[in-house]
Amino acid sequence: MTGAPPIVEMTGISISFPGVKALDAVDFRLFPGEVHTLMGENGAGKSTLIKALTGVYKIDEGQILVAGEERRFGGTADAQAAGIATVYQEVNLCSNLSIGENVMLGHEVRGPFGINWKATHRAAADVLATLGLEQLDLRRPLATLSLAIQQLVAISRAMVTKPKVLILDEPTSSLDANEVANLFTVIRRLRDQGVAILFVTHFLDQVYAISDRITVLRNGGFVGEYPTRELDRTTLISKMIGKDFATLRSLGSERQSHHYEPRGEPLLKAEDLGRKGSSEPTDLELHQGEVLGLAGLLGSGRTELARLLYGADKPDSGTVWLRGKKTDIHNPTAALAHRIAFSSENRRDEGIIRDLTVRENLVLAVQAKRGWFRPLSRKEQDALVRKYLTELNVRPADPERPIKFLSGGNQQKVLLGRWLATEPDLLILDEPTRGIDVGAKAEIQAAVAALAAKGVAVVFISSELEEVVRLSDRIIVMKDHRKLAELENGPHVTAETIVAVIADEGDDEEGDSE
Amino acid sequence: MTDVASRLAARRGAIVRNQAFWGVIAIVLLLAVNVVADPGYLSIGYNSGHLSGNLIDILRASAPILMIAVGMCLVVATGGIDLSVGSIMVVAGAVSMELLSGMDGTTGDAALTLAIALGIATVLGAVNGVLVSVVGLQPFISTLVMMLAGRGIAKVITGGQNTTADNDSFAWLANGYVLGVPVVFLLAIVIVVLVALLVRRSALGLMLEAIGMDSRASRLAGVKRRSLQLTVYSVSGLLAGIAGVFATASVMTVDVSRTGYQLELDAILAVVIGGTSLAGGKFSIGGAVIGGLLIATLDKTVVFLGVPAAATPAFKAIVIVVLCLLQSERVRSLFRHRRALRAQSQKEAVAA
Amino acid sequence: MTVTTRPPTGSAPGTAPSLAERLGARLSARLSALPTVAALLIFVGMIIYGEAAYGRIVQFNTLSNLLVNNSHLIILAVGLTFVILTGGIDLSVGAVIAFSSVAGVMLSNAGWHPVAAVLVMVLIGSVLGLISGVLIQYFGVQPFIATLATMFLARGLASMLSTVPERLADDSAIRELATQLKIIDGDKVNDLVITPGVIAAIVIVVLGFLVLHRTRFGRTVYAIGGSEQSATLMGLPVPATKLGIYVISGTLAGIAAVVYTSRLGSAQNITGIGWELDAIAAVVIGGTLLTGGTGFVLGSVVGALVLGLMNVLITRDGGIRPEMTTIITGGILLVFVILQRVLAARRRATQG
Repeated sequence: MTGAPPIVEMTGISISFPGVKALDAVDFRLFPGEVHTLMGENGAGKSTLIKALTGVYKIDEGQILVAGEERRFGGTADAQAAGIATVYQEVNLCSNLSIGENVMLGHEVRGPFGINWKATHRAAADVLATLGLEQLDLRRPLATLSLAIQQLVAISRAMVTKPKVLILDEPTSSLDANEVANLFTVIRRLRDQGVAILFVTHFLDQVYAISDRITVLRNGGFVGEYPTRELDRTTLISKMIGKDFATLRSLGSERQSHHYEPRGEPLLKAEDLGRKGSSEPTDLELHQGEVLGLAGLLGSGRTELARLLYGADKPDSGTVWLRGKKTDIHNPTAALAHRIAFSSENRRDEGIIRDLTVRENLVLAVQAKRGWFRPLSRKEQDALVRKYLTELNVRPADPERPIKFLSGGNQQKVLLGRWLATEPDLLILDEPTRGIDVGAKAEIQAAVAALAAKGVAVVFISSELEEVVRLSDRIIVMKDHRKLAELENGPHVTAETIVAVIADEGDDEEGDSE
Repeated sequence: MTDVASRLAARRGAIVRNQAFWGVIAIVLLLAVNVVADPGYLSIGYNSGHLSGNLIDILRASAPILMIAVGMCLVVATGGIDLSVGSIMVVAGAVSMELLSGMDGTTGDAALTLAIALGIATVLGAVNGVLVSVVGLQPFISTLVMMLAGRGIAKVITGGQNTTADNDSFAWLANGYVLGVPVVFLLAIVIVVLVALLVRRSALGLMLEAIGMDSRASRLAGVKRRSLQLTVYSVSGLLAGIAGVFATASVMTVDVSRTGYQLELDAILAVVIGGTSLAGGKFSIGGAVIGGLLIATLDKTVVFLGVPAAATPAFKAIVIVVLCLLQSERVRSLFRHRRALRAQSQKEAVAA
Repeated sequence: MTVTTRPPTGSAPGTAPSLAERLGARLSARLSALPTVAALLIFVGMIIYGEAAYGRIVQFNTLSNLLVNNSHLIILAVGLTFVILTGGIDLSVGAVIAFSSVAGVMLSNAGWHPVAAVLVMVLIGSVLGLISGVLIQYFGVQPFIATLATMFLARGLASMLSTVPERLADDSAIRELATQLKIIDGDKVNDLVITPGVIAAIVIVVLGFLVLHRTRFGRTVYAIGGSEQSATLMGLPVPATKLGIYVISGTLAGIAAVVYTSRLGSAQNITGIGWELDAIAAVVIGGTLLTGGTGFVLGSVVGALVLGLMNVLITRDGGIRPEMTTIITGGILLVFVILQRVLAARRRATQG
């Protein structure tokens, strides 16, 4: 920011993997006391660059200078010794230990009789205090904390060694707005203390809220480095995807203009559907060909409600009528038999099966629905797979490739294919576009719109309110595990409308409690 | 031309990477060692209507191991393990001997006994299945409990004695011949083929692999994890029961402390030799069969060479270590590295 | 969610908010200690029941014998606690004892200096542990399979040395390690005695506790059990630690071999069969989760004593047939694992 020399200077970095050039002559600079965002689509090379800087990958060509000295990292420990600390997207802490133990693991204060726990806890408290987190109880087991707090503990831990560089790799992907605000307070505090911060995120709002400078990568190549205030959003996105993104924009307007009038009997009707501790009793109606958006912050109960509809969790109250008939959906098998499908927000652990091929992943649900003793013939499988790989534009369209080798967006498309192959009347999509690149996002949104046009009822959940507004006919706004409001979508409804609903409610509540 | 060559090389690579291939190599090597020790080792005789010879002995001895190895293979595919197969073997043997010793020795008695023994074995397997799938205990510990309890149950059944019985039909299962080949081996092969067909011709194999790879994702995809786990552990129990019948019928005696003792380890070993990872997922029944044959060959070879049978474990250890090393990334990349170096030096030689 | 600030230094105890807060933290931390407490209660309950039903339990010689006869099991359980805390398993300890003790006795009888013989016995354990550790850490072999290999190896090597009981010479100094030292001289034979073996066990328990709770090595053990991936990304020395715990487990098995051999005065290749299961059972009963990350050395000691006392009670009862022992062990194990399971579910629910 100032005239100070960069703390990290990477020039001409290239890394190749068998068959791919992951990074091609990329430059990157990081100055003390700045927040620098690394932007690019999935596969642009962001994580490869970070792994080069943290010593996970060895570079083939190029030079890394840290504080003016050339470094060759042989492993993560080398990078840490050079003053580079990293906090990853998935919280990498030990949930079986307490906050204090996690913060100080490997840096415990030792005395003549081994670890001096009193001094160790004191040191941990000091670190938390520098981040303004002194309210945390050091002895509390990590497992009892929310993900957001765990993320802050992870940052505290990274700061124990007093690093000069802090890398935050998508730390916000599972935080709600308040939690992000808390995190940003901490980040600003660190920046003001002179720490150089490298920040990676998919959320544009956050980029503009926190960063001073942006480096854009595309397809492993270096696009440019820009001060944030000189780069507007549209330009940034077009630099990231390398083309105009008008297709994305046009989609929403079309859908919003066609207003859907529910006719006749609802496909699904739920009364008092709920589960203790995760979802308050909720009423719900859903018609054929309708897209119902569930909006709300993370932890608002939208995922929990979706899981109840699918029987992924067992409801303990309420009644569900399906096509006018009282129905008991107590597990996923029953749901599939009633032509309900559910795509989980947790693509990695609850969606794809990494070691199975694209074909096997795609036919799994259909096969499970038919029962194992009525196998799909190879011919039927191939027909299904060909149909959905083409329809959803999965790349590479190789059915025998293990799905783990596909990008996130293409994995998501295969999963969508898995559910479509069961020919559902009701499709529940929980965050189908999270963490995938802009192109795949547009394709998935188009697929959802097409499904609704064909008469499928869709429940659509997303953290991106714009996306919910763009796609839904009706929107249920949720907070604190219950339904706040139900909005008929139309030209007058925008993301701000939903934010206002959530915020108003919050104000009321605070008023009540005081 | 180069295309064909590279495709051939890729094919060869796939074979070499296939762990069962190394199992076959190991069997051949062991047989070769025996031939060196006795050139007539492989000769097969024919007298009074049946084949005889060392190879036939190996086939006969492999039957119980094949049974439990196939059961274990299915359990391992779901990410589980079944430590109780040896104990279920002895329970089935104890039930059989105890029942037969009180009967007349007719074929009907044998059939009834067989049904009861296998029924009890299946129930014990199902108990494992319930503990794993319904109660949600780790397979390791559930089947460990059954392993401890099973041998105790067998001892209780026979009152701690080694019970002996007489029944020609029952003994025929283990000692008889059909077309000159031991019945027990034929039965084992028929059962293995049936299981393999059942698993691979239906979608059962895919379902088991899906559970083993990611049980949460497969549940949401509608795979019925509980009933499949219950099935797999029950089948493993049933197959262990058959193995127990094979093992006791050959001598018509159950030795409560030795029948099936530590055979669960042989079964696990056979599965691993066959290239199935203990972490679950992709499995190979054919591989498990090769693994079972290798273990039977190894057991017989050690005895044939005059090494005390008690020392057999040391040779099994060597087999495990060698196979695990061949499978490990570190050793593989070492090989790759060396091959690359050689290719490079060849190229340089050509250039020069 | 108003959590008061914890005073940075340990302030005077008794200030109201900090006390309540500390109590809450204590309680939530103690939920993981509940199985250990349950084991302790069961131990006490067994003593009371034994005293009431059979008498002569709460007296010096019974309790001394309990310690003396189970000191080797306690030592093994400490080693396995380390291993299981990381989420691993060590199946080799029983076989290590067999090899180590047979080798030790033969060396001693061959005229080796007793100190040298004892040293070799311990080192045999360390080396076998190292082999397991290298296979697991550097060749990516699953702990179950790697230690199965070491188990086979050790058992086979022991059998190659000898397959008959090897008696330690009557004048061997190793026997002195089992000398009974009277602490309290009771009436008749009712003395409180300990042996050097018991002292070794106590020292090992204390050291084990200190290492786990007061060294970075110990904290890394817990961290690996929580999440190995996290521990690696946190920059903790995961490879060295994992290697270390298997060496520790092997070494302690070597020490247990010394303690056991000195007491029995002989060794055999079939010594220690199934002891790995006893040790695992002791660890699990003592409250250590088989999945790793949670547990205590002291719990494992209680677990070992519960198993030991159970054997005493069964012998005293006389009415329980000895073949029931394994069924009862299995039953106790099952109860404790289900208890762990219920607690885990409870904890998950409160996190909701």
